[in-house]
Amino acid sequence: MSWWPLIKIIPIKTNLQFVRFAKFFGVLSAVLCIASIASVFYPGMNMGIDFRGGAAMELTTSDGRALDLEQVRGAVEGLSIGDVGVQGIDNDSSAILRFQIPEGEAQSAVVERVQSAITQEVGTVIYSGVSIVGSKVSGELFASGLLALGAAIVLMFAYIWFRFEPQFGFGAVAGLVHDVILVFGLIVLMRLEFNLNMVAAILTVIGYSMNDTVVVFDRLRENLRKYKTMPLRDVIDLSINETLSRTIITGVTAIMVLAALAVFGGVALFGFSIALMAGIIIGTYSSVYVAAPIILLWGVKRGEFAEDAKPIKLGMASRP
Amino acid sequence: MIQLSRWKVTLVALSLVFGLLLAFPNLLTPAQRASLPGWLPKNALNLGLDLQGGSYLLLEVDVAAMREKRVDNLIEDVRVALREAGVASNQITREAGGAVVTLADPTRQDAAYEALAALIGPVNAGGNAERQAQRLGDGRVRLAFTRATMDSMGATAVDQSIEVVRRRIDSLGTREPSITRQGTERIVVQAPGESDPAALERVIGQTAQLTFQMVDFENSVAEAVAGRVPPDSQLLMGADGLTPYLVKRRVLVSGENLTRAGVGADQSGRPAIDFRFDGQGARRFGETTAANIGRPFAIILDGKVISAPTIQGAITGGTGQITGSFSIAEASELVNLLNGGALPAPLTVEERRTVTAELGADAVAAGALSTAIGFVIILVFMILAYGFLFGGVSVIGLALNGLLIIAAMSLTQATLTLPGIAGLILTFAVAVDANVLIYERMRDEARAGRSVIASMDAGFNKAWGTILDANITTLVAALIMFIFGAGPVRGFAWTLTIGVFTSVFSAVLVSQVLLAYWLKTARPKKLPIAE
Repeated sequence: MSWWPLIKIIPIKTNLQFVRFAKFFGVLSAVLCIASIASVFYPGMNMGIDFRGGAAMELTTSDGRALDLEQVRGAVEGLSIGDVGVQGIDNDSSAILRFQIPEGEAQSAVVERVQSAITQEVGTVIYSGVSIVGSKVSGELFASGLLALGAAIVLMFAYIWFRFEPQFGFGAVAGLVHDVILVFGLIVLMRLEFNLNMVAAILTVIGYSMNDTVVVFDRLRENLRKYKTMPLRDVIDLSINETLSRTIITGVTAIMVLAALAVFGGVALFGFSIALMAGIIIGTYSSVYVAAPIILLWGVKRGEFAEDAKPIKLGMASRP
Repeated sequence: MIQLSRWKVTLVALSLVFGLLLAFPNLLTPAQRASLPGWLPKNALNLGLDLQGGSYLLLEVDVAAMREKRVDNLIEDVRVALREAGVASNQITREAGGAVVTLADPTRQDAAYEALAALIGPVNAGGNAERQAQRLGDGRVRLAFTRATMDSMGATAVDQSIEVVRRRIDSLGTREPSITRQGTERIVVQAPGESDPAALERVIGQTAQLTFQMVDFENSVAEAVAGRVPPDSQLLMGADGLTPYLVKRRVLVSGENLTRAGVGADQSGRPAIDFRFDGQGARRFGETTAANIGRPFAIILDGKVISAPTIQGAITGGTGQITGSFSIAEASELVNLLNGGALPAPLTVEERRTVTAELGADAVAAGALSTAIGFVIILVFMILAYGFLFGGVSVIGLALNGLLIIAAMSLTQATLTLPGIAGLILTFAVAVDANVLIYERMRDEARAGRSVIASMDAGFNKAWGTILDANITTLVAALIMFIFGAGPVRGFAWTLTIGVFTSVFSAVLVSQVLLAYWLKTARPKKLPIAE
């Protein structure tokens, strides 16, 4: 079997000219980022009760009979508690109910009212999961979530600055911010619920994206020492090419495993795994097309024996 | 150097033995675990409430309301003390931590001061009392809580509340509840298992402040309802929420003086609550009842008049009965509350999450299935990509990694949550990254023309720095989640952290030992993964 192990047919060294297309992808990334930021304001995020306050209840019929979602909706509509979201899940006999607690009313009283209305209309159901988050706590959770994202980016910047050079730090952080913004855009686009788990997913994307960038940067630093006279853009191309097979194998493994999680992990982890998958694809892309080209724009110090490389204009022009 | 060094082999063997030993209790039932001999580890994975089912309640102690109430009581004390001292006042002005009295006759200032000074409470070792009395001049005197008392009220209230909440939850028979303070004014209650969250919230939500106060029969209730409430009286509602009562503000005896409450029956056999006062309570109750025969008094629970019987005769024995329209269940719940003591301040439920055991079990099943499928995917993929030998080595490393994660989680009793399972799966996926980095390095070196031994050696050495950098970034992300994250997210962060350490260990050290053994026995001429 000449094709196995598969790794033999992946060329050990590719010669793709990544930097050549940096300008195109740079513009594309910028456009996507702007669109993502805009989408966070309009149409806006689908905030979960963790961050918006309110109640979410998972209900299942006690005898396994099918649940009529319209009937459930009808039961709660007359309660004057504002918008009630009813979403069927997995099988026909379960649904998730989401609603707000009107100002000045006791959480438990509203929940009891909703439950008795449903019992009256639909019959006995089992409430397998009930979450109620007060407006005070949800505000705090949201603030601490944003704080965590900010802190993660700052700490990553500091770490790269410390381990590499400032230019690398800027490149890495630009990549990170890019990834986080695009994942937010995707969350809006797919109407995924933005909740505490989602913040954990985004933080993990930050960790992964950083991981990916570090692997490329590590090789870049090594090659900068090794080929002191090679133009910077060629060193970048070389480094990305050398790490390409690793990037592909690790990325593909992670995505396949997360796909399994999305399919078999149940409702609670679906959004989480979709966001992670997207983040891994975006993070891999940004290591190549956001983080590295920024270093090119900035220029980098090539050690004491070489002259400082001058920033090089990006473009489709023929390579020197 | 890639060689079979003794310490590496020992370390890997030890980790395998300890991993098996620590992870093993997870295969047993709780009963079997309990019967293990003492020297064996007994802890299985500590599942979060989202996986084993249970209730999580975040309660906030209403410290502001409590301060308010303490000041109310202080003003009442001032009123009574001045009346008893025969000092007339024009006006009592409330301020942040106390009250200022403007006397009708400024020359009586000293007498008023004497009366207030008797109210400062016991003086502690540092020479400070709870309250402070002052002459302000111009016929004004002041009684207020000291700064220190006001500041410590919150912390004291939270500590007391935790105690009371614990007693009440214990009375429900909840299995191993965890009650902890969070921040300065919050309490987290975690009750695993099949507890009734509504009952939990009901017993916690009630302040259970019981007081006995005289009914104000000198003034008309109708006048008070119309807004003219006499200064030393207050308007309260009956338990039905409809009947208004006008009662004196002064508290004769309160729940603090109760020594025991129990469910009894009144003359017509309906459920009632029997109670017994302590010495001080019995004396005060005896004196008051003796002086007020024929007049009604009110029994007030959490601001509602539950009954207002007329005093038939002096009650000096210190025992009594509260009658009202209780059901047996209500009466016994109330008895539990009274015996558990009153909360020093009202508690509000800010966050509540409940998961039934079935939903938790479903989540565990889904998580286990995803993990197994994820593992198989990685196994197939790695063997397809790198062949039986190199792919197989990384899969063995991964299996040991999984074992070590379970062992470490069981040992530290870190909570495994649903997002934590996702973290575990992701750790598996990223764990092979270290292997991939090493193998790709080896291929680079082999391509550069090095021998098998040299390229494998260089593969491990040169990839190490990259592996370290890449994993530290994950650690940083996990650390942030740990600092800023709430419950389930912390579980995720902890799983991720443990996974980083075990995966680096198994990917680097385990593969090194296995591949070194292969090098030694097979003496290959060519690297199987090189082109």
